Amino acid sequence: MTTRTDRRIRIGLGIAAALLALGFLIGGVAALSTVGGAVPDLAALLHDPYIRAILGFTLLQAGLSTALSIILAIPFSLALHRSRISGKRLIMRLFLLPQALPVLVGALAVITIWGQNGLVSRGLAALGLPRLDVYGLTGILIAHVFFNMPLAARLVVAGLDRVPAESWKLAGQLALSPLAVFRLIEWPALRRVLPGAAALIFMLCITSFTIVLVLGGGPAATTLEIAVYQALRYDFDPGRAIGLSVIQIALTTLVLIAALRLGRDPMGGFGFGAKARRFDSPSPTRAALDGLIVVIGTLFVASPFVAILVSGLAADLARLVTEVAVRRAALTSLAVSLAAATLSLVVSILVLMAIEALRPAGRDSAGRRATRIGLETATSLVLVVSPVIIGAGWFLLLRQVTNVLAAAPYVVVAINAVMAMPFIVRIVGPALAEAQTHNGRLAESLGLTGLARLAFVDFPAMRQPLALAFAFAAALSFGDLGAIALFGSNDFSTLPYLLLQRMGSYRTADAAGLALILGAITVALMATVERGFTGSRERTA
Amino acid sequence: MTQTNAAFAPDALVVDGVEFAHGGTAMHFDLTVKAGEWLALIGPSGAGKSTLLDLAAGFLAPERGRILIAGIDVTALSPAERPLSMVFQDNNLFAHLDAFRNVALGITPRLRVSREQRRAVEAALAAVGLEGYAARLPRQMSGGERQRVALARAFLRERPLILLDEPFAALGPALRSDMLDLLAALRQRNGAQPATVVMVTHHPEDATANADRVAYLEAGSIAAIGPTTAMLSGAADPRISHYLGMRTKNV
Amino acid sequence: MTSVGEMKVPPMSASRSAIRTALAGALACLTALVLSSAAASAADSGKPTLTVYTYDSFSADWGPGPKLKADFEATCDCTLDFVGLEDGVSILNRLKLEGPSTKADVALGLTTDLIPEAKATGLFAKSGVDTAALTVPTGFSDPVFVPYDYAYLAVVYDTKTVKTPPKSLADLIAGDPAQKLAIEDPRTSTPGLGLLLWMKAVYGDQAAEKWTALKPRILTVTPGWSEAYGLFTKGEVPMVLSYTTSPAYHEVEEKTDRYQAAGFAEGQYLQIEVAAALKGSKHPELAKKFLAFVISRKAQAILPTTNWTLPVRDDVTLPDEFSHLVKVDKPLLIDADTVAKNRRAWTDEWLQAVGAR
Repeated sequence: MTTRTDRRIRIGLGIAAALLALGFLIGGVAALSTVGGAVPDLAALLHDPYIRAILGFTLLQAGLSTALSIILAIPFSLALHRSRISGKRLIMRLFLLPQALPVLVGALAVITIWGQNGLVSRGLAALGLPRLDVYGLTGILIAHVFFNMPLAARLVVAGLDRVPAESWKLAGQLALSPLAVFRLIEWPALRRVLPGAAALIFMLCITSFTIVLVLGGGPAATTLEIAVYQALRYDFDPGRAIGLSVIQIALTTLVLIAALRLGRDPMGGFGFGAKARRFDSPSPTRAALDGLIVVIGTLFVASPFVAILVSGLAADLARLVTEVAVRRAALTSLAVSLAAATLSLVVSILVLMAIEALRPAGRDSAGRRATRIGLETATSLVLVVSPVIIGAGWFLLLRQVTNVLAAAPYVVVAINAVMAMPFIVRIVGPALAEAQTHNGRLAESLGLTGLARLAFVDFPAMRQPLALAFAFAAALSFGDLGAIALFGSNDFSTLPYLLLQRMGSYRTADAAGLALILGAITVALMATVERGFTGSRERTA
Repeated sequence: MTQTNAAFAPDALVVDGVEFAHGGTAMHFDLTVKAGEWLALIGPSGAGKSTLLDLAAGFLAPERGRILIAGIDVTALSPAERPLSMVFQDNNLFAHLDAFRNVALGITPRLRVSREQRRAVEAALAAVGLEGYAARLPRQMSGGERQRVALARAFLRERPLILLDEPFAALGPALRSDMLDLLAALRQRNGAQPATVVMVTHHPEDATANADRVAYLEAGSIAAIGPTTAMLSGAADPRISHYLGMRTKNV
Repeated sequence: MTSVGEMKVPPMSASRSAIRTALAGALACLTALVLSSAAASAADSGKPTLTVYTYDSFSADWGPGPKLKADFEATCDCTLDFVGLEDGVSILNRLKLEGPSTKADVALGLTTDLIPEAKATGLFAKSGVDTAALTVPTGFSDPVFVPYDYAYLAVVYDTKTVKTPPKSLADLIAGDPAQKLAIEDPRTSTPGLGLLLWMKAVYGDQAAEKWTALKPRILTVTPGWSEAYGLFTKGEVPMVLSYTTSPAYHEVEEKTDRYQAAGFAEGQYLQIEVAAALKGSKHPELAKKFLAFVISRKAQAILPTTNWTLPVRDDVTLPDEFSHLVKVDKPLLIDADTVAKNRRAWTDEWLQAVGAR
């Protein structure tokens, strides 16, 4: 096999993988639209004042949530990166957890801290101060920042980690002031990752559903996703649901394109909290301020988890753990999440390799660039196609050929796998790109192709990010409620499904216990997977 | 040979019983570099050459021992407070700043530079043969030009001690010899004693023309040190001849 | 492919084995999934299977499903298979998606509000079950849809924080705005729609302004009952829109009378749950038998403490705790056709009143 054939195979496989993922989404939508009959009337939807108001609010809350998550992540990441405290890795691990939490559990945990009767309110009341009233845009923003600021922080820290060591040495030797360090080193590094981070968070927020309704305080806070859900479930109007989805996808595509234009590094990347050697000598006040920022940020993210822990411990855990239904659901969750993570990893890596194969050593051609951007966007857009729509569409398709209940596990695995792709691509992508720059020419000159190249060049370079990506995808799928809500049944239930079922029938204490079990398994899963991939000791890249 | 006003000037760099554990290797350094001297550090990879420079510059903190620069104990001082400049093999320049700004950083981190400062920066660029390069970004320059910018900045800072960590390793033989000549010229300061140079190199011939002494490092300590010609003849120590022989075979 | 045999890259063995472990693990998972789904479908053998679509808390371990299944299977010489979906609306949607070829024989768990929509699908068959003796408030009866239980909507409050509970809708609307209420969204949940209809039944054309007056007391509007009730039991909100039977759960299962329902002078809005057989059923007789079974005395006695609803027969002995519940003199119910005709307009009206910033 020549390296040229190898390149072609890589590109071909990657495009096939991306088409598979896209086809999965489009297939669902297409199947649904054949039932919905007529093509959705976009013009009418866009003229509907209700839809317009929703559109406005969707953009407002997503824009503000994104801005706030990013703006808060910047000082936090800078302080964390600068400070010499131990436990940075631990904080980075903690910062993965919110994405893995079922949204409802996270939202209720946020309320335990910030609600009317939350910890902060009770503290204020004890001091004779008025209680917090976060319901409305404030509550939505707090919850979205809880879920997304950690994500942004990880991306920013990753950007800082990629600054060459010499830059920090120079900064130390030239006695650059903190402001100069920011201007000369930190900001250029941030600028590369922020557009990608913002695009990712924007997509996550634009489809927000539970948080917006629970914390929004009333129907003034309604997003397009809620309208999609309403159209499909309560009005059973697939045409309208698809029309709204199309609007949502179009909007998001615009934002993505803007981000791609703004940033040279639209995909961003995840940091691992590797110890950066920095030589700026912060004044004691500054060091104290950094410490304070790190503590406050970590507390903000950790406190809802403490709430989950406390209320979970109050539940009858011993009984829950011995319940057959719980154990079966836990096993199913594990099976589904590991399968989804594996599938997602394979598909994502195929796409990433194609992107790398398309990255030229010399001149770039318009066609290649377009294909690369196409592949990158394909892996991102899945975030904005509502799982309700994909689920309903695939339900229709599958029942033509098979018993849907029997196929349910595969569909859930597939939906979860596709949903994890944007994250995996962001975790593994930068490492693969780096491997390509460092070893690409060497591999080519040695004529390394196919599996040998994968095993000797690509995999070793991606080992640590792969572990993180796999753990993250598994955790994401472990906490997912979108797909399972549509396909779950008593014969096929996962832990989040069981949790929601208990909550729906007065069993709140059980639900709290299940949330704790779910959280504990997630943490264990992430740790085990990362260890399994990287060997017992962490290697720093 | 350097004229020795050593009686009047304190030693440029004293590394006194410094211990440092790096990876699995326990390192131990004792070294005195006289003011105005040019010292070349050679030795196999992993011997501790860069570590020694990092210790001197303050990028690493010794576990034991003292570091003195110009007679002053700087062990507890941050890199910024030590009177030296350092040039690395790579990444000496900020990629998004032009040559002028990169050099200007040596005297001020501010965006605005005074008229005198501007003149000084332009003179520094001219001194390294880069007149008219002020507006170029690092990616628009060759590897040799980038290192010239780094040298311009290092000397603009007028520190008595210059540390160089394989600064010309990536350059071709002719260019490397040009750069060494440039370095030799730059360190001659009008009337005053020339700047002290400590340079790590993988090319012993880099030392031949300019270095006063050569230190040979192995396994985390200075195994031998002496005048350049004696050291490079290989007579001083069988290990050095072995090292030099290996080099020539490989090159 | 080029030979790379001579290259020595020690860490590879570790990474290879990691890949292998991961792949093996994933394969094992997939196999397990295949096996478990195969096992699930292997159950049908010999006896006819009656498939009942219901909502999942009905078919859950602690719900009425398992007990009803055991009792019915003891007499029917069949297998009863409950398929638990998210809620009543999901059952209807699922049937719409599946059309006439659905494998469901019976749908159980729709509320009466959904009847016009359900009838429009043309999927349901006349029940053939005699419902004349049933004691459904408002006397609801239908040739197709068999009412099997009901519940009244009520504002449930926490006696620890609410010392003077509202005694009427008017009280609720005029009460202290600092004492908050969590309600459900009529666009996405049945109790939410129920409150909308309740206000409409009591205030008619004035409903919109009453909603505006109630608005300051509403802490938040959740997508479903679970979120609202979760906020309530977490202590975040002292009042929640739920059912008059909710306190019975806490008394029976948790031995506490901390949570109570408020009886309203204007009456309580009624939610009747119905079941119906599907036209396409392969076992119409069995389906009819099941519908009759659901309203039998035996089945009815199971429902109150498993589904936390009220029975449609008056010869069922209720547990003691049920005697503490709010007695409803005035059941309120807007007929389903009127609801179907006006739901969009009324929801819009609600959106205007409550959504206005």
